[in-house]
Amino acid sequence: MTQTQYTIKALTEALSKGEVSSVELTREALKAARDDSNNCFISLSEEHALRQAQDADLQIKQKAGCFLTGIPMAHKDIFCTKHSTTTCGSKMLKNFAAPYDATVVKKLDDAGMVCIGKTNMDEFAMGSSNESSFFGVVHHPWDFDYVPGGSSGGSAVAVAKGYVPFATGTDTGGSIRQPSAFCGVTGLKPTYGSISRFGMIAFASSLDQAGPIGVSALDVAHLFAFMSGFDKRDSTSAKRQDNWVDSVKSEGFTAQHTPKKIGLPSGPILNMISYQKEFETARRQIESAGHSFIEVDLPNLEHSVPVYYVLASAEASTNLARYDGVRFGHRCSEPKSIEDLYKRSRGEGFGEEVKRRILTGTYTLSVGYFDDYYVKAQKIRRKIFDDFAATFSKVDAIMLPTTPDTAFKLGSLDDDPVSMYQQDLFTVPASLAGIPALSIPCGFHNDLPVGLQLIGPANSEKTILEIACEYQKNTSWHLTRPNSNYVLERF
Amino acid sequence: MASYKTELELRSGEILKMAWEAVIGLEVHVQLATSSKIFSGASNEYGAPPNENTCEIDLGLPGALPVLNEKAVEMAVRFGCAISAEINEISIFDRKNYFYPDLPKGYQISQFENPIVGKGSITIEDEAGAKKIIGITRAHLEEDAGKSVHDLVEDRTALDLNRTGTPLLEIVSEPDIRSAQEASEYFKQIHNLAKFIGICDGNLAEGSMRCDANVSVRQRGESSLGERTEIKNINSFKFVERAIELEIERQIDVLEDGGEIIRETRLFDPDKDETRSMRSKELSDDYRYFPDPDLLPLVLSQAEIEKIRSELPELPQQRERKYQTKFGLSSYDSKQLSVDRNKSDFFEKLTEASRLPKLSANWVNSNLSSLLNDKGLGFDQSPISPSLLAEVLIRIDNGTISSTSGKTLFRAFCETPSEISEIDDRIDEMGLRQIGGTDGLKDIVLEILKEHPNQLAELLDGKQKVLGFLVGQVMKKTNGTANPKEVNEIIQNEIKKE
Repeated sequence: MTQTQYTIKALTEALSKGEVSSVELTREALKAARDDSNNCFISLSEEHALRQAQDADLQIKQKAGCFLTGIPMAHKDIFCTKHSTTTCGSKMLKNFAAPYDATVVKKLDDAGMVCIGKTNMDEFAMGSSNESSFFGVVHHPWDFDYVPGGSSGGSAVAVAKGYVPFATGTDTGGSIRQPSAFCGVTGLKPTYGSISRFGMIAFASSLDQAGPIGVSALDVAHLFAFMSGFDKRDSTSAKRQDNWVDSVKSEGFTAQHTPKKIGLPSGPILNMISYQKEFETARRQIESAGHSFIEVDLPNLEHSVPVYYVLASAEASTNLARYDGVRFGHRCSEPKSIEDLYKRSRGEGFGEEVKRRILTGTYTLSVGYFDDYYVKAQKIRRKIFDDFAATFSKVDAIMLPTTPDTAFKLGSLDDDPVSMYQQDLFTVPASLAGIPALSIPCGFHNDLPVGLQLIGPANSEKTILEIACEYQKNTSWHLTRPNSNYVLERF
Repeated sequence: MASYKTELELRSGEILKMAWEAVIGLEVHVQLATSSKIFSGASNEYGAPPNENTCEIDLGLPGALPVLNEKAVEMAVRFGCAISAEINEISIFDRKNYFYPDLPKGYQISQFENPIVGKGSITIEDEAGAKKIIGITRAHLEEDAGKSVHDLVEDRTALDLNRTGTPLLEIVSEPDIRSAQEASEYFKQIHNLAKFIGICDGNLAEGSMRCDANVSVRQRGESSLGERTEIKNINSFKFVERAIELEIERQIDVLEDGGEIIRETRLFDPDKDETRSMRSKELSDDYRYFPDPDLLPLVLSQAEIEKIRSELPELPQQRERKYQTKFGLSSYDSKQLSVDRNKSDFFEKLTEASRLPKLSANWVNSNLSSLLNDKGLGFDQSPISPSLLAEVLIRIDNGTISSTSGKTLFRAFCETPSEISEIDDRIDEMGLRQIGGTDGLKDIVLEILKEHPNQLAELLDGKQKVLGFLVGQVMKKTNGTANPKEVNEIIQNEIKKE
């Protein structure tokens, strides 16, 4: 185990002092990505990255850049980019070249960031282990035989290995937070609607939310500020009422210390996790920083996973109907009829997990099942939302484990999709409620990283990031890196 | 219900059919005349080269999201107000899921349980000319699909997605319609109204309006409904009437032969003059409707609705009534004048300026209509303004010029408009001022009579036929500026003297 301070904050300082150029940082990041044996990347864009780095260097020289200018990063391959393919981890989109940039891509381009490539992911973001990718499994940064979590596994590993200090992710039921916890990095799923979904390939539209995966909560705060904002091209995008985001963009984020009241779920739920000791230690550290904990009741939490899988699969089944082999994407050879074209193109183009969810979703939306599944699930979703609302009238934030356990071995849950789905037990509730949740590293269990989750009411990113920044000032779990050939140790 | 049939009924097919009653409901799809699509910024113009009017949203590319066109919403509300319907303050867009090559996303965005427009009604005239109210169940917004083109590439189907995402308002009637003629009348009323309030160009040949007809028959006096069939995609008034007529006959024949009507979708083939089965409807269609998570519920405030309502023009049926009661026009003329908004507006401006409603109605329905028709122009593009035409009509009415000269002047003004202050100069320049008795008309008449002694003799013998000839000669000599009535009178006076 070693420690690194490969944060954006450190790199920005080095860039502005002229100690290093964006082109140098980009070259090193590209080299590390090329040499990567964890299978983090689906594609690299060397020329594009170097062009962006040159532009960034010019901006830095003219003092026209911002906090993020010149920093190398990577996009999860779910965000459409004009400069490269966007595969969504699927054979279906193996050769898909989008004619537009996702809003997130455009915003970070505008901030002067340098995109070195697109990261590996579970196919169409469906998975908790990054094993469903058409482009192969991603290996855990600390132990090659373990999964990195998913679906944003490539992004989490790329940050954990230090190839880039930041990568984008998307989170539908935990796809940012769970791999962040497994890999020992910091990941934020923001309030639903705060980051545009335009150009982000849909899995389950009412739950999908983009967010940053970075080294520290401080970095993540800045990244969130630059990624978020109302977008008229996304009808579910929301206008923020406060000016916090704008102030972070212009003046930077400084975490204020104000004592917060934090809720911990009562009952046996915390006994379900394997790393109780590490979780409790973290709790005490946060408490000793001046925050107080009270027990809170979240009665519908246990229903979250089934509700989530009904709703997410229902939406996915129709979101993925457009992949029919007619206009783009995989098309079977020599179709004999339109039906044959559909069946074989989709049969060949989609992997097993995607098919399972399309079938589940189609079933739950069908006449005769719709009321029992979809409608009922929507009602419970509402109750979960109400539970959180009631709880947040008493506390500023809720603390939960991010996952029930550490990362598991590659292939170990292959034949057990339900156990795989249980991975999402602690992450799904915030997704269903559309509220922000942050996963931060809180130690190691059996030599693998584990994380804790801070959840706040809608638009309270500032609150949970402040608690996390303070925790990370007093701990170094987020800076602890595997003993490998990570780059830029000198910063 | 066992029904006793007389020998006569059994012998006469016509009378037998009297025992049956048709129950018809129409779903009319109106393409809204917005400049862009309902969920994208792509152009909504008809007739562009294939696939030119498409963007990533219409093509259903990954990551593309729908954004609702507010103009389409406004038009839907306008229609709702025009049929005095409830406008729902909250309506919801749903996904209607099915696979078809011309449906890029694999689902159509429509409104299922919560449409924007609720119950309303439209008044039509039935076969006997009596007013009949047809209930409208609802009207909802949805996107149109693209088109499969089968005759462009040999052995293959091509796709033109220009129509994808064209805003549609689907207007669903109650099963209040009882005959094919009524159905066609209802379709016409919707067509006229939609054009009138400016939400549709009404071009049936371009598919701007299409309808599906749900048809069933039952024994007269029966209160429950028979099994129905749906005839899809009919795009003319004539076809609606014929398709339903054929379907009613077919259903009666099936039932009278002891058969059963199967719920199915049928297609009208005008070439073969028949309807035929497309597909059975039983369990095959499960569209798996559910709220589209990409779109928030559409929320309208009472103020927004009231604003649209207040901006609604006076509607055709109100205008028709006004023309009859206030202006004393015939019901035929009133209807002719109120179908087209621009025509009606022109007529009203003309009447306001001329104070001559009947003359104005005649001119708008005849001279102006045929001129615009020849030029292929609408009433909003008339080369003569209502105020200028009013001056012409006033001068015809007060005898300054004859009707014939009025037409000459009208044609001249259509070519080169005149300032109102210069109208009289133009009349004189063109020599159109009517010659009355005091202006030497009598001399001209006498001259003509002198020139045609044979005809005069015939006239004196009581052959009134030649009177027209003589008047015509005078008109010819005066280039039409003589007042034919006066000419007539002068000749009659001369005869009496003889």
